[in-house]
Amino acid sequence: MMFTGGVDVGSTYTKVVILREDGRIAAKTMVATGFRLAEAATCAFEDAIAAAGTSEHEVAYVVSTGLGRYQVPFRDTQVTELTANARGVRHFFPSTRTLLDVGAQTMKSSRLDERGKVKAFRLTDKCAAGTGAFLETTARYLGYEIDEIGPLTATSKEPVAIFAACAVFAESEVINHVSSGRAPADIMHGAIVSLADRSVQLMKRTGIEAEITVVGGIMRFETMVRVMREELKTAVNVPPGDLAQYTGAIGAALLAQRRLEKRCGEAGMDGSSRAACSGSAAGFSR
Amino acid sequence: MAYAAGIDVGSTQTKAVLIDEDQRIVSRALVDTGANVVTAAEKAFRAALDGASASEEEVAFIVGTGYGRYRVTFGDAQVTEISCHARGAVLMFPATQTVLDMGGQDTKAIHVDPRGEVLDFCMNDKCAAGTGRFLQAAAFALDIPLGDLGPTALRSKKPVQITTTCIVFGKSEILSWLARGKKVEDILMGVHRSIAVRSMGLLRRVGVEPQVTFTGGVSRNRGMVEVVQEMLGVTLNVSEESQFMGALGAALFALDHIRKSRTATKPPVGKSLGAKEGTAPA
Repeated sequence: MMFTGGVDVGSTYTKVVILREDGRIAAKTMVATGFRLAEAATCAFEDAIAAAGTSEHEVAYVVSTGLGRYQVPFRDTQVTELTANARGVRHFFPSTRTLLDVGAQTMKSSRLDERGKVKAFRLTDKCAAGTGAFLETTARYLGYEIDEIGPLTATSKEPVAIFAACAVFAESEVINHVSSGRAPADIMHGAIVSLADRSVQLMKRTGIEAEITVVGGIMRFETMVRVMREELKTAVNVPPGDLAQYTGAIGAALLAQRRLEKRCGEAGMDGSSRAACSGSAAGFSR
Repeated sequence: MAYAAGIDVGSTQTKAVLIDEDQRIVSRALVDTGANVVTAAEKAFRAALDGASASEEEVAFIVGTGYGRYRVTFGDAQVTEISCHARGAVLMFPATQTVLDMGGQDTKAIHVDPRGEVLDFCMNDKCAAGTGRFLQAAAFALDIPLGDLGPTALRSKKPVQITTTCIVFGKSEILSWLARGKKVEDILMGVHRSIAVRSMGLLRRVGVEPQVTFTGGVSRNRGMVEVVQEMLGVTLNVSEESQFMGALGAALFALDHIRKSRTATKPPVGKSLGAKEGTAPA
């Protein structure tokens, strides 16, 4: 059996996906990135190959992506998150034309052509108010952990409007809402609405065309997806389960398959000897 | 003797200043603003009264300023902190042309005329980058008291370059520099420079004149004074009272009210004073 790997080193989490030849996911793992990016990538990768019941030698090609893509010591090549995500969503929703990725420290909107190539993109990475960090800081002001955001907002009746354009300035606004007796769930819901507003604004700058797919760690919060649907007043695709968070890693692993096929094609080998080719290629590149 | 009071309720600290009718500071007080803005204003005012051994009745007029100026429940009037800093800075340094006020969550560049009136100003109103907030975040992340930030930064030989704009991301950048083994002083100098660079942008928009007075809580930070001086190429006017400039300006506006009400209630005195002034040059 031959596998490929996708490693997405994000600002907060590092995600690894090991793909089988038939495109099915053999294993996926996630670790906190921290400040030692190479270590995080290695650790997540080792966990993933163990979970897939395979060994390093059987993973024939590894593509890294994310902000730490150059820090992955065992990569064969690296691609930007835009490319990886575009490939990943094509796997789930081939008709995607508008792609939104909201991570902890960036927000990216891209327009894709019918072949899934990125035609145009806009991104926010200078201001926390336009990224998942806005939810993280709001949760912290309220005394909640990031992973409590989902269950917390599920109980919200109606969002409290948050006006601050800055994640730092939002602190006093949040504190004022708390002291005037607003429910933390409604305040958190308000923060999500604010982030969704910014997402739609960014998407408008690249132009919005159906189908729309949203990915990234923030989409694990169902309220975020629901608010996006409400604001866009249209259908919005989200990869199933927790895969929205792994889209970049999946895309990277799929791109790894393509590279591998190309390399083997160039070497003039047929299907049966592909494993040998990839094995030597992997050995060579590492 | 009647006193005039100015209460400057900032995001981080609340300052109170009492002045006499000759515009001399008789007392000043500083307390942390904390969560209860109303209490902070009262506490600062009380402390200022105690400092002057004065009673509340002796204070004829109180002006509130700063972001919490409408929460000064005992205030007689409110004036924006921009006007107050301009006024205070010109009293302290009469040659002042430009005021740079760096506070806990905002930074303002103010162009003033010789009477202390605001000609133009520019501030960060949407984004906390380039304000004292980044220093607070750095102090927290590096576990250093606020007062030690400047002196520590000044020991830096190879400052790091902070590349993030947002303070939220800046905090993670500080930690990532630490993880990469950079010295605390080099990281801190990077933080000071990043704040100073943003204030340069504001200053340029109002125009930098040679006489720049630095006010606000951050002006007490020696490191920031040096970095801003180096970037501007001028020596900044900074005094021990720099942090109280807003409260001082507010007190000056309060004194205006006291004088005006006197001329209103005692017209003959007012007239004769006016006449005196009018005839003095001749």
